[in-house]
Amino acid sequence: MTLQTIAPEETLIQSSQKFNLPRLINRLFYWLTVLLAVGVGVILLWITYSLLSIAFPAIAQFNIGFLFTQVWNPVQELYGALPQIYGTIVSSIIALLFAIPLGVGVAIFLSENFLPSKVLTPIAFLVELLAAIPSVVYGMWGIFVFIPFILPLLQLIHQWFGWIPLFSTSPSTRQMFATAMVLAIMILPTIIAISRDALISVPPQLRQGAYGLGATRWEAITQVLVPAALSGIIGSIMLALGRALGETMAAAMLIGNANRVNISLFAPASTISALIANQFGEASGLQRSSLFYLALILMILTLVVNMLAEFIVSRFQQVE
Amino acid sequence: MMNSSTYSDAIDNSAAGHPVIRTENVSIFYGNFQAVRNVFLDIPKNKVVAFIGPSGCGKSTLLRCYNRLNDLIPGARVEGKITYQNIDLYDPKVDPVEVRRRIGMVFQRPNPFPKSIYENIAFGARINGYKGDMDELVERSLRSAALWDEVKDKLKESGLSLSGGQQQRLCIARTVAIEPEVILMDEPCSALDPISTLRVEDLIHDLKQRFTIIIVTHNMQQASRVADYTAFFNAEAGETGSRFGYLVEYDKTEHIFNAPKEKSTQDYVSGRFG
Repeated sequence: MTLQTIAPEETLIQSSQKFNLPRLINRLFYWLTVLLAVGVGVILLWITYSLLSIAFPAIAQFNIGFLFTQVWNPVQELYGALPQIYGTIVSSIIALLFAIPLGVGVAIFLSENFLPSKVLTPIAFLVELLAAIPSVVYGMWGIFVFIPFILPLLQLIHQWFGWIPLFSTSPSTRQMFATAMVLAIMILPTIIAISRDALISVPPQLRQGAYGLGATRWEAITQVLVPAALSGIIGSIMLALGRALGETMAAAMLIGNANRVNISLFAPASTISALIANQFGEASGLQRSSLFYLALILMILTLVVNMLAEFIVSRFQQVE
Repeated sequence: MMNSSTYSDAIDNSAAGHPVIRTENVSIFYGNFQAVRNVFLDIPKNKVVAFIGPSGCGKSTLLRCYNRLNDLIPGARVEGKITYQNIDLYDPKVDPVEVRRRIGMVFQRPNPFPKSIYENIAFGARINGYKGDMDELVERSLRSAALWDEVKDKLKESGLSLSGGQQQRLCIARTVAIEPEVILMDEPCSALDPISTLRVEDLIHDLKQRFTIIIVTHNMQQASRVADYTAFFNAEAGETGSRFGYLVEYDKTEHIFNAPKEKSTQDYVSGRFG
């Protein structure tokens, strides 16, 4: 289009109303982004609605008691998810117990200049690669390598500390404790990467201030740097917890799928996602409905954890 | 290059007592880059010494050697000798942490910890093994920094909730609380408004009774207002073309500003360059 096409007598309104391709694209683009943004929300609502509606028969039948009974009997159509809920929460908490000190420790190590950056950068890269390993690979490695590897150690713990209920059964080849340790390895990269970013973004003036007052490196880290980065570190832990709660494949392969609550960590157990993965294929009727009820519970669990993480991380950004 | 030792002789004659810190032929390097060359400079006790000079003349770099904060920078290296009370600061037997407990520092930008006002002060005292009455120490330190009246009702609030000038006085209080002998100040007022700047300068006058103070400043009026002695640094291109800083002249402040011996000092203090 050339300038000559704009007739001098054309008013501002006329030229604004005339067809013009860039204007059309601009308008279409706007509506496209609106559509996509709304679409994401719709999908979330759709999933939630489907879960609710398919789970409804089970919710109506078992009510809140579903959360507290240990029975999974397709023949008599009796379902209760206590072992799965218990297993999900306990395996995630044990995984955190291992992953938090290790992950925060590595994050501190990587954010300090203990080693020249030529060494640190590859380590940080390897840590992030840990997050890229598919969970089925973790499961296979757990079954064929990791569990046989730590079983003798768990035997010893059982022999010495068998009087403690947590270690009271002989270590099984499929069990809660080993699963939790594999989970810990899987969530480590999340904790390390985000905690490290939080520690690195602590203003260098704070570090200098601490050193300037005669703080040792240990005092500066524990009393100034980590507290200053604490919200970011807690946020990383929450995200990691969300991942551990929802982890399916590795848990289904390693945990043994025992349908009862066993106080001993060395005994087979079950998790929500493992049970769903094992049973959805042949489930129908009330069983399927109960599986959806379980899925709903898992979704609410992870949703709460993620919202908590968002909240904590946003508070962290306000401080910045 | 002139022989700077003549200036330190001048100080020795005029200053009462023995110098707290002696700087003997000190050069500072970052890797292969020489930042500061051949400085001789003595800091007399209970006086305020100002370091002035254009950017890149190495005055902050030198300041950070007095409490070994340059140790944190990889590749930083000091040649020559810096002694504090006749002990070589860079002796391998000297722990830099101990140095910083005796030679405190206030930084260019206020850097209170993200803790309460009370904890900001208690932190340094606690890591230095202070066993006395912490409440009393916090109050005394805040009073020394002329901040007590403004914050006494909100000691539990975050140090970050204070204004910039108050934050800087909190940082001074925090340094005073560890009872150092020397306080290093690296452009302590450059991030403050003029009124806060005057308050900090008043504070420096009060603190000089108990502490030896070395202050780096870009503000020549400030140097003339607060300092008993002034050291003028300049930067020059070396043989390889990279610029290094050196001490041009060190004398009583009124001599530096009214009757400097060197022409470059005259030019700088009269605002003709730099």
